[in-house]
Amino acid sequence: MSVESKQPFAWHGTLERNVTILAVCAFIAVIIGGLVEIVPLFYIDNTIEKVKGVRPYTPLEQAGRDIYIREGCYLCHSQMIRPFRDETERYGHYSLAAESMYDHPFQWGSERTGPDLARVGGKYSDAWHVQHLTAPRSVVPESIMPNYAFLSNNELKAGEGGSMQGELKALKLAGVPYTDEDIAKADDDLKAQATGNGTDLAKRYAKAQARDFDGKPDKITEMDALVAYLQVLGTMVDVESAAAQEHLAQEKGR
Amino acid sequence: MGILVSRAGLWLVLFLFCFIAMVAAQDSAFAIHMGICAVAALIAMGYGVSRPDYARVARGQSALPPADTSLYDDDVIRWATIATVFWGMAGFLVGLIIALQLAFPDLNLEPWFNFGRMRPLHTSAVIFAFGGNALIGTSFYVVQRTCRARLAFPGLARFVFWGYQLFIVLAATGYLLGVTQGKEYAEPEWYVDLWLTVVWVAYLLVFAFTIVRRTEPHIYVANWFYLSFIITVAMLHLINNLAIPVSFLGARSISYFAGVQGAMVQWWYGHNAVGFFLTAGFLGMMYYFVPKQAQRPVYSYRLSIIHFWALIFLYIWAGPHHLHYTALPDWAQTLGMVFSVMLWMPSWGGMINGLMTLNGAWDRLRTDPILRMFVMSLAFYGMSTFEGPMMSIKSVNSLSHYTNWTIGHVHSGALGWNGMVTFGALYYMVPRLWNRPAMYSLRMVNWHFWTATLGIVFYAASMWVAGVTQGLMWREYGADGYLVNSFADAVAAIHPMYVLRAFGGLLYLTGACFMTYNIWRTIAVGDQRDEKPLHNIDQNRDKDRPLSGQPVAVPAE
Repeated sequence: MSVESKQPFAWHGTLERNVTILAVCAFIAVIIGGLVEIVPLFYIDNTIEKVKGVRPYTPLEQAGRDIYIREGCYLCHSQMIRPFRDETERYGHYSLAAESMYDHPFQWGSERTGPDLARVGGKYSDAWHVQHLTAPRSVVPESIMPNYAFLSNNELKAGEGGSMQGELKALKLAGVPYTDEDIAKADDDLKAQATGNGTDLAKRYAKAQARDFDGKPDKITEMDALVAYLQVLGTMVDVESAAAQEHLAQEKGR
Repeated sequence: MGILVSRAGLWLVLFLFCFIAMVAAQDSAFAIHMGICAVAALIAMGYGVSRPDYARVARGQSALPPADTSLYDDDVIRWATIATVFWGMAGFLVGLIIALQLAFPDLNLEPWFNFGRMRPLHTSAVIFAFGGNALIGTSFYVVQRTCRARLAFPGLARFVFWGYQLFIVLAATGYLLGVTQGKEYAEPEWYVDLWLTVVWVAYLLVFAFTIVRRTEPHIYVANWFYLSFIITVAMLHLINNLAIPVSFLGARSISYFAGVQGAMVQWWYGHNAVGFFLTAGFLGMMYYFVPKQAQRPVYSYRLSIIHFWALIFLYIWAGPHHLHYTALPDWAQTLGMVFSVMLWMPSWGGMINGLMTLNGAWDRLRTDPILRMFVMSLAFYGMSTFEGPMMSIKSVNSLSHYTNWTIGHVHSGALGWNGMVTFGALYYMVPRLWNRPAMYSLRMVNWHFWTATLGIVFYAASMWVAGVTQGLMWREYGADGYLVNSFADAVAAIHPMYVLRAFGGLLYLTGACFMTYNIWRTIAVGDQRDEKPLHNIDQNRDKDRPLSGQPVAVPAE
């Protein structure tokens, strides 16, 4: 024993003889990095710098977002523009943390098999989106995107049990500031936005666009919801406005 | 007898629970999933009821025949071996299909077989189904033999295997039905996550208590890696999948984290799914099977201590390198980069410890294709753990991020390191588990080795070219100061690379087909193929001598 204890790393023998000590030490080793990198993000104020205009998604946009997630769009399209000249010229102003603060979960993506969509809202007409989703190569011959024609035929069954209320409640629990009125009127808001026959939707959701998105006014389809979502992406914050530029100019690093 | 009855009763309760959930389900996908669970519970109950030997009970003896008293409990390992081959083939095939979809988009069949639903099917099938079964099987194999102890809790070990298969079936069918959380490599929804948690805790218990039962004084190094893998994956899985179900009778849930925090948590999880599932766990495999196949001791005990603790401590920090130049705060990005670069060292520590274990046995590479597979896997491990830190440097990442370079990097690790080391372990275990003198054919192993290696070369090379092409075309400016290429131009430019990549995948799948036949033949028939032995190399003794013995060329003047 005395010979062994003089060997380098003899102390490690203790760990090798007791699975509990080994497991506890391993757990301590693996927990530190995560604590240091994740926990401060919830406490440091300038992690998400406040900007004007960010609001929760309307029920129709949120339903469209659910379809975006369901179809795995995030596997080919990013929603995160990096602060490089070529990216900001191609896609628009670089993405701000606040712009995805109500995204449960975030959809920044990791791959650009297709182009970034963080600011795709308002760049193309509804009809273009419908045509492109139905048959991508009919508008972009080089595209390798799958066809999503079925979205136009599927009637929108938003949320659980045909109501968006449950989903908005869950989002509120997770920290999205929906009011009780928003939740109560969720399904009316959805119909109003998809048909263009407005309620007071625009009062509660700033700049919400209400119209028939898919060119089929007689029914609300999954295409309506997805196009409504695509058309709001990146439009909430007016990044080009003088006030926004001034705010960014005064940023003193992090 | 009593315990068997109460277990069957437990399954009955679970069956009723799932059945009610199926009937009351809010959406069809949830109903289908609860139906699958109900059938699984029914099968488990039926098995439990059929197991007791009622004739023995009538004679007043115990309900079960005398227990198997052999040294090791290998049933679960045999099942996991077959499951590894099965899910591997499924995962590689889906991979080939989605590779072809990117080259020829008409192969997308909406809605269920579109790329967006097939891609998680591929990643989960190869990582969690193929890799997971390989890890469960080899960890149970290794822990018993290095501890000289029989598996603890045999019933629980069987539950781990079948419970894990149920998790795979639920996840895979869910993707095609459109059930997903929308987080890469963490796609299964809340109820599937809860089920996996139960299975994983059972896995930890079986593994840890087998170590407790050991008759060897020391815990062997392979088990350090397996243990840290099981613990860390549990932690990552629990935190990253925190979610609020919209309804307890529906598939949909709301991820608890949002935006920038969500991104950080996701890539803390995502990168360490690589770091612990695909690295620490597979290093555990390496530390047992490489020394056994080479018949040499592990090169350095001290190196294994240093690189084990350094690896598990540093890996956890590397996540933010997936978020360079995003809205994640700079300090976190920089931390991620620095730790990723440091991670290069412990990673190579593992590679060096593995490769140097062959000291004194290098000649066997010529005659032993299984050992060759292990060496190739370590070589790819070394290569991709150099490439990874390089890509995590911010300036490199500005070019490589969002491109196919990342895909190439991942596959040189997954196909080269994880695939090859798993194939080697399967070739090692199969004859021993089924009491065969050797694999059916060593030459087929050799064929597998070469097709797989060639496949990886095609895959990685084409994706490097594609990735760098994309990165450079996206940022190319003309003399007029405008962007030169539209996005669609870059898509069109990499079409040939997509085709070459699919060809590489086809080669890799072909190699796996050789393996499947070889393993099936070894298990089902158990004969030896009549073939020329690999070591029968004609040696020309006149030519095979040191160069120094040859006459030296002398200038004429």
